[in-house]
Amino acid sequence: MIKFEHVSFQYEKDIPIIRDLSFTVGAGENVGLIGANGAGKSTIMKILLGLLPCEGRVTVDSMPVVKKNYPEIRKRLGFVLQDSDNQMFMPTVYDDMMFAPLNYGLSREEAEKRADEILEKLGLTELKHRYNHKISAGEKRMAAIATILAMEPEALLMDEPSTALDPMNRRTLIHTIRQLPQAKIIASHDLDMILETCSRVILLNHGEIAADGETKKILTDRKLLEANRMELPFCLQNAAGMDRGVS
Amino acid sequence: MSRFSEKRLEMKDMDMLAAQTSMVHSLNPLSKLLVTLCYIMAVVSFPKYNLSGLMPMILYPVLMYQLAGIPVSLCFVKLKVVLPLVCAVGIVNPFFDDTPVLQIGNVVISGGILSMLTLMLKGIFSLMASFLLIATTSIDSVCAALRKVHVPDMMVTLLLLTYRYVGMMIEEVGVMYDAYMLRAPGQKGIHVSAWGSFLGQLLLRAMDRGEELYNSMLLRGYCGEFPHAAFAPFNRNSGIYSVLCIISFWILRTVNLAELLGAFFVR
Repeated sequence: MIKFEHVSFQYEKDIPIIRDLSFTVGAGENVGLIGANGAGKSTIMKILLGLLPCEGRVTVDSMPVVKKNYPEIRKRLGFVLQDSDNQMFMPTVYDDMMFAPLNYGLSREEAEKRADEILEKLGLTELKHRYNHKISAGEKRMAAIATILAMEPEALLMDEPSTALDPMNRRTLIHTIRQLPQAKIIASHDLDMILETCSRVILLNHGEIAADGETKKILTDRKLLEANRMELPFCLQNAAGMDRGVS
Repeated sequence: MSRFSEKRLEMKDMDMLAAQTSMVHSLNPLSKLLVTLCYIMAVVSFPKYNLSGLMPMILYPVLMYQLAGIPVSLCFVKLKVVLPLVCAVGIVNPFFDDTPVLQIGNVVISGGILSMLTLMLKGIFSLMASFLLIATTSIDSVCAALRKVHVPDMMVTLLLLTYRYVGMMIEEVGVMYDAYMLRAPGQKGIHVSAWGSFLGQLLLRAMDRGEELYNSMLLRGYCGEFPHAAFAPFNRNSGIYSVLCIISFWILRTVNLAELLGAFFVR
């Protein structure tokens, strides 16, 4: 579904952010993009959505990411921004949910029906007519996901979805992500969440792929993670500590 | 909560006001925009000494506030920062124009005082009418209406984003101000030496956030049109409202209603 072929990107000359990156993501696949700060996780997502120009070739369902294809590609890929405040710009949750479907040509009745269905599915019906500036950070994050699901995208791109969430809201988010049938690319430092939601992980370091494979295999490889400025997920650190008799 | 956060929330509260339902809210946004523009043009066109002629112009905002179910006082509360600036316009007139133009009992009113009062009222009335428009019409509805009359999408998008960015700018100012004050205990406000870097940082941060917001709109199918904005069509009520208001403004502008009424009681 998504294909990167020898993709490179740099903001400033001679300071590459992404270097000769190639990978594919199949339909329905859940991929975690991990890496230290500045590894290029968010940049990959922006390139995929046509928000940043790049060298190399990027395709979505065999469509190259070029200007004429932006509307179709952006319709297929729903992007959940890191900061929900930037995503939720309409007055109410419901207004925000209607924004994309109406822009994509649905009638108001169809858009309302779709919004209602998604709110119900995510258990967010009570947020329907709430004002965006009067809901909590956790509610806003869930509502932001709902606004993207209202587009009925084929794949979801999520940039640090669990940032600033308390444990309960984080748990709810993980539960929701696991239930969504779409393909997902999740960029995050929250390796515990990646462990629970993704079957495959791409480990980035300085814009290059350091490892690409099964989540459990990569996230339990302490040496690999530490060599790439990362560490074991918290849940595995405890287990490893107990194995070694460390409380 | 910092005063900047309060200001941002106040801005968001305007969306809540605009989402209410009343006779005024249900009018077509374009007709409200047109009437507001006509009202402001009529108000500012009064000659500088025609205070009595200008005063009846208050009827429009006061009546509309009542019909919209919005207390007039709310306008003054929300605009308390801007009002002194509006009132300051013309404050020097009394010093430059001391020609006596009116005598009330033994008190002689100079042309400067009269023109100052006229200017102040013009500003206040215009603010009241603008606030009424914003409080009864969502920004998306106004933009959608402007697109209906083929105002270029670039201009409309600019208007929409400016409105959205103002809130974000206020928020960024709040965050930066708090960060500054936490490291500058006992200081009143931002020291003049830090103004340059403060404004520079503010600009860069606002640009970043603005770009994020615009990207978020683009990624959800925004292309300069406003199909998501629900607004009342230009129906009979909106037509009657527009015509009635514009005729009223024309009458109030050409006939001095206050003098006419006064003539009944004073020979």
